[in-house]
Order: sequence, then C-alpha cells, then structure tokens
Amino acid sequence: MTEFVLHASMPKIVTDLILFEYLLRLGDSPLILAQRLGEWVGKGPIVEEDLALTNVGLDLLGQARMWLAYAGEVEARCSPRGRDEDALAFHRDAGAFRNLLLVEQPNGNYADTMTRQFLFDAWHVRALQALTRSCDPRVAEIAAKGAKEASYHVERSGDWMIRLGDGTDESHAKTQSALDNLGMYTGEMFASDAIDAALADAGIGFDHAVLLAPWREHVDAVLEEATLALPAAEWMQGSGGRGGRQGVHGEHLGHLLAEMQYLQRAYPDSQW
Amino acid sequence: MYAQMVDTGLKEVRTADDMPPEERAFQARIDADIKIEPKDWMPEAYRRTLIRQISQHAHSEIVGMLPEGNWVTRAPTLKRKAILMAKIQDEAGHGLYLYSAAETLGISRDQMLADLHAGRAKYSSIFNYPTLTWADIGTIGWLVDGAAIMNQIPLCRCSYGPYARAMVRICKEESFHQRQGYDIMLAMSRGTDEQQAMAKDALARWWWPSLMMFGPSDAASVHSGQSAAWKIKLLSNDELRQRFVDQTVPQADFLGLTVPDPALRWNDETGHYDFGAIDWSEFHNVIKGNGPCNRDRLQARVNAWDEGAWVREAAMAHAEKRAAGAARAVASIQQQGRTA
Amino acid sequence: MTEWPLWEVFIRSQHGLAHKHVGSLHAPDAELAIRNARDVYTRRNEGISIWVVRSADVVASSPGDKEALFEPANSKVYRHPTFFPMPDEVKHI
Repeated sequence: MTEFVLHASMPKIVTDLILFEYLLRLGDSPLILAQRLGEWVGKGPIVEEDLALTNVGLDLLGQARMWLAYAGEVEARCSPRGRDEDALAFHRDAGAFRNLLLVEQPNGNYADTMTRQFLFDAWHVRALQALTRSCDPRVAEIAAKGAKEASYHVERSGDWMIRLGDGTDESHAKTQSALDNLGMYTGEMFASDAIDAALADAGIGFDHAVLLAPWREHVDAVLEEATLALPAAEWMQGSGGRGGRQGVHGEHLGHLLAEMQYLQRAYPDSQW
Repeated sequence: MYAQMVDTGLKEVRTADDMPPEERAFQARIDADIKIEPKDWMPEAYRRTLIRQISQHAHSEIVGMLPEGNWVTRAPTLKRKAILMAKIQDEAGHGLYLYSAAETLGISRDQMLADLHAGRAKYSSIFNYPTLTWADIGTIGWLVDGAAIMNQIPLCRCSYGPYARAMVRICKEESFHQRQGYDIMLAMSRGTDEQQAMAKDALARWWWPSLMMFGPSDAASVHSGQSAAWKIKLLSNDELRQRFVDQTVPQADFLGLTVPDPALRWNDETGHYDFGAIDWSEFHNVIKGNGPCNRDRLQARVNAWDEGAWVREAAMAHAEKRAAGAARAVASIQQQGRTA
Repeated sequence: MTEWPLWEVFIRSQHGLAHKHVGSLHAPDAELAIRNARDVYTRRNEGISIWVVRSADVVASSPGDKEALFEPANSKVYRHPTFFPMPDEVKHI
C-alpha cells in the first residue's frame, strides 16, 4: 500500500481528495446500517422494539446525511463535480461504497441484528469520540452530535446482548451463533490504511488501532454478563487493506443497493 | 376512519326507561361531558364496544405500518426516507397508546393481538390495498391520514378519558403526516411526465377506498345511534365523509389531479360537493378478508409476532433470573444478620 | 408465555414542571422500561427526566370514595387567597 503524508505544503486539492474519501468512510457505514434497520420497520418482536430500533435507524441516517453532505462540499472543492448527499447515496455502485463489512451483513434474526449493532456501536461511539478532537471543525461538530447518539445506542444494544445471552437456552444459542458468524468482520474496524494514517497525522482523523483495547474491554464485559464470548479470531475479513472501507465488499451489498437505489436509477432526472 | 364497523352488541339505543339507576347516573355524566375513567362503573356493553373500537383503531395503526414500510428501503431520497421512517414510527407509537387505552378496560395487549392474528378483530379496510409506486406513499399521507385526522379530532372529546387523552396525543403528533404526504404529491405532480402519471394513478386507486374508510352510510349503520349516545362517536360517517370530500377536492385541483368520480360536482345549494355512489360490495368484501392484501398483511403481522416470541421470552426469562438473584441476595444478607 | 409487564410512564418536561403521567408501555424490566419510555414518549423533545412505575404497584383511590376523599376540601374555602378581600389601597399582597 502506498504511504503518503499530508504536508502543509501540499496542494489543498490533494488533502481534499483524501478528506473526501475519508468522509465517505464515515458516512457510508451509518447509511448502510440505517438501511438495514429500515428493513425491520413494522416487523419487530414487539411494538416497543419497533419504535426503539427505528430511533437508532433515524439517528444513523441523520449522521450519514451530515457526513455525505460534507463529503459533497469537499468534493466540489477538489473536482469538477460536487455531488449532494442523494447523488452520493443513490448513484454510486457497490465498489464505490466505503462502509464496514460488518454493517452490510443481513439482518438475520433479532440476535443477528442486535449482535451486529452492539459490535458496531461499541466501535462507533469510540470512533466518534475520537473525531470530536479533529482539527477539522466540521468533522468535530458532526462527530460530537453523533457521539451522544451512539453512546445511547451502545447502552441499548448492550442491554439486549445481556438479555438475549442470559435469557433462555434458545436465545443464548442464537446470540452466540450470531457472534460466531460476525466476529470475523470486526477486525476491519481497527485497521488503519494509508488514508487513515495520513489523516491521523494531519490531526483530522485518528489511529484506528488504539480503539481496539477499549472496544475489546467493553465488549468482553458485556458478553461476560451475557454469558457469551467472542470467537477466537483466526482470520479477519477485510484485512490487508482490502475491506469495505477500501471498496471491497461481499455479495450482500449489491442487493441492498439495488433496492435502495432503484427509484433514482429508474428515473434519474426526477426531483422527489 | 380507523374503526369502521364497531358492533355495540345492542339492537337499539338504550333509553332512560331501560336503565337501572347506576346506568342512568353513568349516562347523565356522559351527557354532562364528564369523562368516564377506568375504575368508574360502566355498562358492560360500553366497555365491550370501547374495547372493540379502540383495539380496531390500534390494529389499524400497526397494520398500517406495513403498506408504508413497503417503501422505506426504496424511498427516493435520504430526506424522504428519514421522514417516512419517522412517520411509520409515529404509527407504532399511536398503536401503543391505543393498546394502552384499551388495556385500562381490562383486556391485555396479548389478548387483543391474539384476536387480530386469529382474524377475530378487524382493522381499517384501507390497509388491504397495495402500495405500488412512490406516489402511493404521498397519497396515503394526503388522503388516508387526512381521513384519519378528520375522524380523530372529534374523538379527542370522546367520553372515555384514556381514549380521549390518547387521541389528543395522537392528533398532536399526526399533524405532520398529512402535510408530508401532500408535499410528496406536490413534487410528483410538478415532476416529469412519469411522475405525474404515478400521481394520477395513485389518486385513481386510493380515492374510493379512502371514502370507504368512513364506514357504511348512516342509514345502513345500526350501531351509530348508541355509540353517539355514549359519545364514543361524535360525528356520523356520512358527515365526516362529506367534510373529507369538501376538503380534499380543492387540494386535488391544486395538484392538477382529477378525482376519479364523473358524478363529482359542486352544489351551490347545499354548499357541498355531490359525489357518486360508493361500491359497498367492494367495501364489505375487503372487510371480510377478500381485499388484494388482506392475507399478506395478516401473515406479516403473525410472522413478526411469532418470530419475536423467543426474543420476548428471553427478556422475561432474564428479568426473572435477576429478580430471583436479588431475592436470594436479600435472603442471604438477612441470614447473615441473624447468625452474626 | 407471560406478557411483559405494564409500566406507567411519567415525564418531566423541559419547563421544569413536575413529572406528569404520559402513558404506559410494556417492558420486561425497569431498565428497558426507561429505555422504551425514552423511545416511545420523548421522540419530540418532550422531556428531560423519566420515571417508570409498574402499573401493578400503583395504588389508586376508588371512585366510590370520591365524596369522602374530596368533598371535605370544598368547605375549606379559606385555603384560597380570594377568600380574603383586600382594600384596594393595599398593594403587593
């Protein structure tokens, strides 16, 4: 992987190109996860959960919109086109998406959904907290709003991990199986590539690796109470800079996008 | 109207002569606009009718999430997606408020859901029609929520306290629903030829089912009189329907859309629109279960409930474990106190 | 299976008034009752503090006792400030 360092002497256009890429990474994960949560609307296990899960979805969608809107502004500074949030959401193909592999995994049953949510939330809240110290004021501002929301999300999903893990035999088995299936998508959250490193150096981003220990501690504490455990990681998907954040996805994302983007694709010149 | 055909279980309106003293006192309170509260004495028929009406209303909110949920994942912009999610979420909330109001009458939510899932309880006929294009989402907000609001505002004054309070909350929250629907229709009717065609087609499909939402004509409705005396129905079906037509036709005109009723015309004498005859055989068939989506809607609810059973059980099992653990801890502290 | 218990929800609004009953919901335990109350009843910034009480634990007065409980207060009009007419010349009282 090419290494690069952002210098004050570098043309602004280069730093903007990198920042644009980074903002897609920040925006695409909440976007895709919100889309997944949208699939649950009206189908939750009890009406109270329907409301609660939709709240999480709405928070994530709101965050995605802020990141993508900013991405579009940065793009306008460094290229002939500056796409708005909708052009970015609805007119990119899977290979141009920069979300984590974890969030594109299908909803499965409620244990699969909650496990995906908890593993993500425990990372997300820390990532956003780290970004509140960004020297880019817009990044810091969006992160500050998102961090408050994410700290609620992780408490809620953690509560559910404990109830499902330490509930009935059936719920325990389903939730452990969800962890076994999703564990291999967590490594990607702590890998920094050249873009992450360059932005961390510039004080805009952060070093992803430092989140691993506190994330692990948080996750292990909740899972212990839940009588569950993360699987021993043999191989993490998306390693070696070839994961979702670099645009290398699994089969599920294409289907998700086909559904999400259908109207904009079928009627490209319309205002809605 | 979300509760279209509520059986009062009575053949005719009760008169003061029919009533024992406590029922006369009950009716006097209603006549004086004093709210009936859960622990107050009430006639059994009033309680049962309210349970039917409120639970029908609640089921309508919950089933009503499905036709709109059909478009959440395909909403055309992120903003529209967020608005639609928030709106459907409100409907879940409204269902919840209404179930809670019915629960004060001594029925559990599980029992109401069991009645729905077994096909014993009804919900509004309107949700048994399919949402085929994005314009349907606009039309539902504009027409279906418009009709619902028209019905719900008078119910804020209904005689049963918990129901009236739920209605106040619902009406407050629902005020944005109709506007967001009309806003979609504005965008579509000002849009491309294809969008205009979708808007036109949606109005054509939803107009008559929307008028049916208000329920059978007053002449054909046997239970309205008693419900009116109990003040759990404050305006008649035909009155509400006429108001809806009068309010909606100019809105359709503004969109440049034609209401699919050749008999529709303004009547200077009455100061209202005249409109054509409603196909009541369609209405009764949809109520009976023969609408285009009855089976799908009910199955979707049953599946969600059944697939959620282990989740609800797990949470209960965990709560019981913790309660038992806490009780053991208390017992052991007491034991230590005694031995010390 | 047993239904999740019913909880009564009380919200204190941003204007600093006392907690007010807003409705009820089902939850398996107190923690989730608080979270559900937040998601159900504060979607529009309605509150800054939540109480939940199991409905089964609420003790309510009985409508039959209404006269015994509340009518005695009717005869104690001296508790209300308007019971004491003040001369117009006396201010700020």
